[in-house]
Amino acid sequence: LAHGGGGKLMHQLIEQMFVPAFSNATLNVRQDAAAIALNGQNLAFTTDSYVVRPLFFPGGDIGSLAVNGTVNDLAMVGARPLYLSAGFILEEGLPMETLWRIVQSMQQAAQAANVQIVTGDTKVVDNGKGDGIFVNTAGIGIIEYPQIIAPQSVQPGDVVILNGDIGRHGIAIMAVREGLEFETTIESDSAPLADLVLQLLAAGIEIHCMRDLTRGGLASALNEIAEVAGMEIAIVETQIPVREDVQGACEILGFDPLYVANEGRFVAFIPTKDAEQALGIMRSHKIEKENSNLSDINPCIIGYVTEKSSGIVKMTSKIGVQRIVDMLSGEQLPRIC
Amino acid sequence: MNIVFQQRLHLVIQGAVQGVGFRPFIYRLAADLGLTGWVNNSAQGVVIDIEGVRSQLDTFLHRLNQEKPSRSHIQSLESSWFDPVGYSIFEIRKSVVGEKTAIVLPDIATCPECLQEIFDPTNRRYRYPFTNCTNCGPRFSILDALPYDRSNTTMQYFKVCRDCQIEYGNPGDRRFHAQPNACPQCGPHLQLWNPSGEIASHDNALKIAADAIRQGKIVAIKGLGGFHLMVDARNETAIQRLRQAKQRAAKPFALMYPSLELIKADCEVSELEEQLLRSPEAPIVLLKHSKTQTLNAKIAPSVAPHNPYLGIMLPYTPLHHLLMADVGFPIVATSGNLADEPICTDEQEAIQRLGTIADLFLIHNREIARPIDDSIVRVVMEQKVVLRRARGYAPLPISIHSKSKILSVGAHLKNTIAFSTNQQVFVSQHIGDLETVPAFEAFQQTIASFQQIYELQPTAIACDLHPDYRSTQFAHQLANQLQIPVIPVQHHYAHILSCMAEHQLEGSVLGIAWDGTGYGSDGTLWGGEFLHITDTTFRRVAHLRSFHLPGGDKAVKEPRRSAIGLLYELYGDQVFEMKALDSIQTFSDQELKILKTMLNKNLNAPITSSAGRLFDAIASILGLRQYIQFEGQAAMELEFAIEGFETDESYPFEIQSTRSPTSPKKSEILDWAAMVRRILIDSRSGLSISNISAKFHNTLVEMIVAIANRVGEERVVLTGGCFQNKYLTERAIQRLRAEGFRPYWHQKIPANDGGIALGQIMAALREISGGKERCV
Ligand SMILES: [Fe+3]
Ligand SMILES: [Mg+2]
Ligand SMILES: [Zn+2]
Ligand SMILES: [Zn+2]
Repeated sequence: LAHGGGGKLMHQLIEQMFVPAFSNATLNVRQDAAAIALNGQNLAFTTDSYVVRPLFFPGGDIGSLAVNGTVNDLAMVGARPLYLSAGFILEEGLPMETLWRIVQSMQQAAQAANVQIVTGDTKVVDNGKGDGIFVNTAGIGIIEYPQIIAPQSVQPGDVVILNGDIGRHGIAIMAVREGLEFETTIESDSAPLADLVLQLLAAGIEIHCMRDLTRGGLASALNEIAEVAGMEIAIVETQIPVREDVQGACEILGFDPLYVANEGRFVAFIPTKDAEQALGIMRSHKIEKENSNLSDINPCIIGYVTEKSSGIVKMTSKIGVQRIVDMLSGEQLPRIC
Repeated sequence: MNIVFQQRLHLVIQGAVQGVGFRPFIYRLAADLGLTGWVNNSAQGVVIDIEGVRSQLDTFLHRLNQEKPSRSHIQSLESSWFDPVGYSIFEIRKSVVGEKTAIVLPDIATCPECLQEIFDPTNRRYRYPFTNCTNCGPRFSILDALPYDRSNTTMQYFKVCRDCQIEYGNPGDRRFHAQPNACPQCGPHLQLWNPSGEIASHDNALKIAADAIRQGKIVAIKGLGGFHLMVDARNETAIQRLRQAKQRAAKPFALMYPSLELIKADCEVSELEEQLLRSPEAPIVLLKHSKTQTLNAKIAPSVAPHNPYLGIMLPYTPLHHLLMADVGFPIVATSGNLADEPICTDEQEAIQRLGTIADLFLIHNREIARPIDDSIVRVVMEQKVVLRRARGYAPLPISIHSKSKILSVGAHLKNTIAFSTNQQVFVSQHIGDLETVPAFEAFQQTIASFQQIYELQPTAIACDLHPDYRSTQFAHQLANQLQIPVIPVQHHYAHILSCMAEHQLEGSVLGIAWDGTGYGSDGTLWGGEFLHITDTTFRRVAHLRSFHLPGGDKAVKEPRRSAIGLLYELYGDQVFEMKALDSIQTFSDQELKILKTMLNKNLNAPITSSAGRLFDAIASILGLRQYIQFEGQAAMELEFAIEGFETDESYPFEIQSTRSPTSPKKSEILDWAAMVRRILIDSRSGLSISNISAKFHNTLVEMIVAIANRVGEERVVLTGGCFQNKYLTERAIQRLRAEGFRPYWHQKIPANDGGIALGQIMAALREISGGKERCV
């Protein structure tokens, strides 16, 4: 099953298998987290499984990833994350010390993201039937603002804001897993995003849509939104920050940073009137993270939504040509998150 | 008059019979024979209802076939006999509308009579750049709809003057029913713009533009099918500036020469090449520079760096004739576009897209209905071979034996699309690489306009098997919308079927499809394929030994990566110790370590059996080229490296048989290992690159012959981008013939991915009819 890369095959699997089978109004919105009205409260609910190799990498580990990933999915619908569950599938023979490090990391990440892990489950599988450890987290949050944050809310003229440079997580993981030696140690960008999103909302920024860039990278996230929204998204290559070391790694490996995974990056679709204010908030917001070289994060406007209803993403290249940024089927990076 | 001996003949003639002076010819013939009735253009073709004495009608039929206009081509002629109705005169009736199956004619280069008029100071069309007649002028590029009448062309916005109307109505005139007929009084005219607006018009505009070219300026000129960027071909500085602005580092520029004499002064021109240059299609012809003398016209080196060929055409519209006569020297005439975008057709768009490139814009107010690039041809085995099929050739159809209506969307690069209807396949003009937004828009517009011109409702859409081709993605979306099936077709199978279709081959053949990379039926990258084609399907009977391409797409741009992948297959990690090779030297130690890991761990290093990448690898190993600036550059330079070196020597190679677990039949792998080892030895011992390259090419040909012998099919089809290589193709043909095979190669349809759309149609027809589909 070559569906794990987060590209078109996974997209097709979801569209052709899961959506028709489970079809309901909430699912069909197709957001990272489901918005549910319950007793007059608007809740957000999501789940995600983590199968990353290696378990520990510069800038994070499977534990912090499992917390941040689910927290971010809640944040992307504008929810305040509250409670998480944690499910562990352990392979017989996993050293207790490894597990302990992971659990500790989860605890720290939960604390940093202001969420509580309130329930859990543990299963052990025979040696050889797992890959050390798999972690699943589900999360519940509360939506405190009335606006519907979804691709359907995207409007022509919206600007697309990206909260920092792309491609680090994918390259960081691959470097450790495959033993690739680059000039510098590239750290994952893994980070919780909820606090920043809540600040934006509190300031009255009219966010139309958000998406965190995980597998499939910026290109896949933008394509999904363009397709569901039925709009054209135009971005500018020179506006998309990629660190030099990440760019260098991508060059030699033959990867396009637009398709490389991230864990602390998101795009927000915001009306022009709010763009400058949103950028200001994003720039001054401090992401709580230890041992990190995140000082150079620079949120920026990378493009805008045009009137055309073609559902494509186009990019003005460095030489001024308008390139199509496609949704690709293959795995630009093997299963990383 | 005795009515008993009179009969009425009704004819429906299909083919290239509109816009070639066919109706005036019929009119004159009928008058000559004293016959009465009428002729008109319908969407099905030309319809004739004619009556008179039987013997005269027989003569009419005979002379129709004998004397028909030279540009016309009759595909079918249906005749039926009836009782006469008593017509008193013969007349040309108004066109009628119906099902659209008539053939749209391509644009035709200026005829000698028109040419004479525009240079005759006493003629009313003296120096008029839009002169044309029934024998020449714009057709497809100005056509909005069928039938081909002025009201369906972009000439409809010009009201004909009295003089032109008289010509149009006079059966004895060369302009009788010439739809785009125009003169200085009533037709389109020129304007000269700089980026801030109009600065001159009419003949003045032309003269200032010519002066500007003389002074080394870059002038964007609106021609027949789009804009050209034109600059003095002798002015190195100006050409460098054009390369810089166009972001086109090294890909050769086409040239327009003022005369055949000047071409002959610079290049070797065979009789056939001369014919092609002067043909009504007036394509760009690839010509070898004369070895004996330096170029008379002193063509600047950066016109076609490291290339023994120049792409040359003669002026093909009155505008080009007037301009070339004014400047008197060869000029670069490259498509008016930015990098890989399609050619500009509209002046507003040109100002926007070419504003930073061109100093001046010579434009006119006749709209271009659709973009058409210049066609490119070369001569292989004393035959014309079309490399880019556009102006002059498109959209003439290929005949088939099916009435199914299928749309095919072609490949991703060098895209064309095709439609089948009513025993014909219409292959579109070259559209380009579907990487850019304007190209994708042109692709969609071409599909829409073909659908509209021929009023086609496809029942299925054929596309490539590659899921990430933009054309494939579009095919799925459109099929979904129309609720019709998609038929994915393997890339190399399509290549072979396209060559079979143009030669009207049916039954089984051995198809050899060699190109860069295409998506294989097994999900790996193919490109050095031997497919045994049967009535219904194909079997991969042999292929070149596969190797890894570290960096995937990146390896296509860097032949050194192909070299490392190839050598890794032979030597494993030892390849990284072969420091004497440029392929290795151009990487840093740290990069080499990463490449090693990529190969060891199969990290973004897909395997391929591509012949094109084998060419790249050898070019890199020989130190010819490590990075390419345009598609096929390394392989071209490897071909050019032969430089006339003559040898029949080749390198050893092996054939290994494998049996896949899924198929009972074995397939062969052509192993280049022994060849590559010997190339390394030859290269180290200082053998000339010409000699090594010739031996390499010869080896590939021997591989082809070896597999042909094993398969034993008499007919062998050569296709895919690699067979644009003249040396490879000619030698393969000669060797196959010497061994008793009948080789076929592309002539009308490009061997490169421009032919894929036609092949996709053929594959879809086979699938739909379960193999009963046949060519004519
Ligand atoms: Fe091909
Ligand atoms: Mg998720
Ligand atoms: Zn003429
Ligand atoms: Zn006139």
